[in-house]
Amino acid sequence: MTDGSQGAPAQGAPSVSAPGILTFIIADVTIFGVLFVAFMVERSHQVPLFNQSSSSLDVRLGLLNTLVLMTSGLFVVLAVLAAGQGRASVTRQWLLASFVVGAGFGINKLIEYGDKFAHGINLLTNDFFMFYFVLTGVHFVHFLAGMVVLALLWFRTRGEAVDGPLFGWIESGALYWHMVDLLWIVIFPMLYLLGSR
Amino acid sequence: MNSLLRHKVTPVWLMLILATVISWEFGHGLGFGSHYGYATVAIVLIAFIKVRFVFLDFMELRTAPLPLRIVFEAWAVIVGSAILALYWSGT
Repeated sequence: MTDGSQGAPAQGAPSVSAPGILTFIIADVTIFGVLFVAFMVERSHQVPLFNQSSSSLDVRLGLLNTLVLMTSGLFVVLAVLAAGQGRASVTRQWLLASFVVGAGFGINKLIEYGDKFAHGINLLTNDFFMFYFVLTGVHFVHFLAGMVVLALLWFRTRGEAVDGPLFGWIESGALYWHMVDLLWIVIFPMLYLLGSR
Repeated sequence: MNSLLRHKVTPVWLMLILATVISWEFGHGLGFGSHYGYATVAIVLIAFIKVRFVFLDFMELRTAPLPLRIVFEAWAVIVGSAILALYWSGT
């Protein structure tokens, strides 16, 4: 990781730091960590209700979303690697691949929300669905911001050297996208798999 | 473009995909019979092992300064342990 104002690190050199985005990520995952614990505390008081509500979620959609985000995350890693080598067109291709695959998450989530609303399930249905909509909703906002970042990076890499000052921005955008990925890695089993049988 | 796929991060991604599918199967109680509690523990542990690999290999924390790595690893340990403890207290 490098500072946003610097170019790509020398080949094989250990990463330095990207303080701004890392501070944000640490704060953000901490807040999500508190929400995860709050969910589990509430669950421990209403296990049958939470298990019953959880079993009404479509596990296959949650699983698919996990695979989508992890694959999109891999493509972002490859974009950063290409940028570090100064390969602008390859960087753009991987950024685009990451965006396109990542878009699948949004489509999937909208289908899922639509199904819930069609069945009269919303934030006020019960405590499980209150957490379901808050956790996945806040995560979805993060996802949308990540998609905007990927699109902006793709546009900026059209006329700018990717191993110059832009490299730090590409790396920061990638770190943010990985945060979106890793939060979903926890949200998926917690909401969909605990008591899903 | 394809040459980058031979990077060491690709096997990590493959492992993450396999771990996700396995944890999904555990969600149906695979291999644990009626001991669904153990399946759940395995699901949560796998999730946080996956989180750790995202930290180390996708976010490059493996080569980051130690204090930074400790912060992220501590998050995974604390949140993962809390989820497991609260799960058991509710069973």
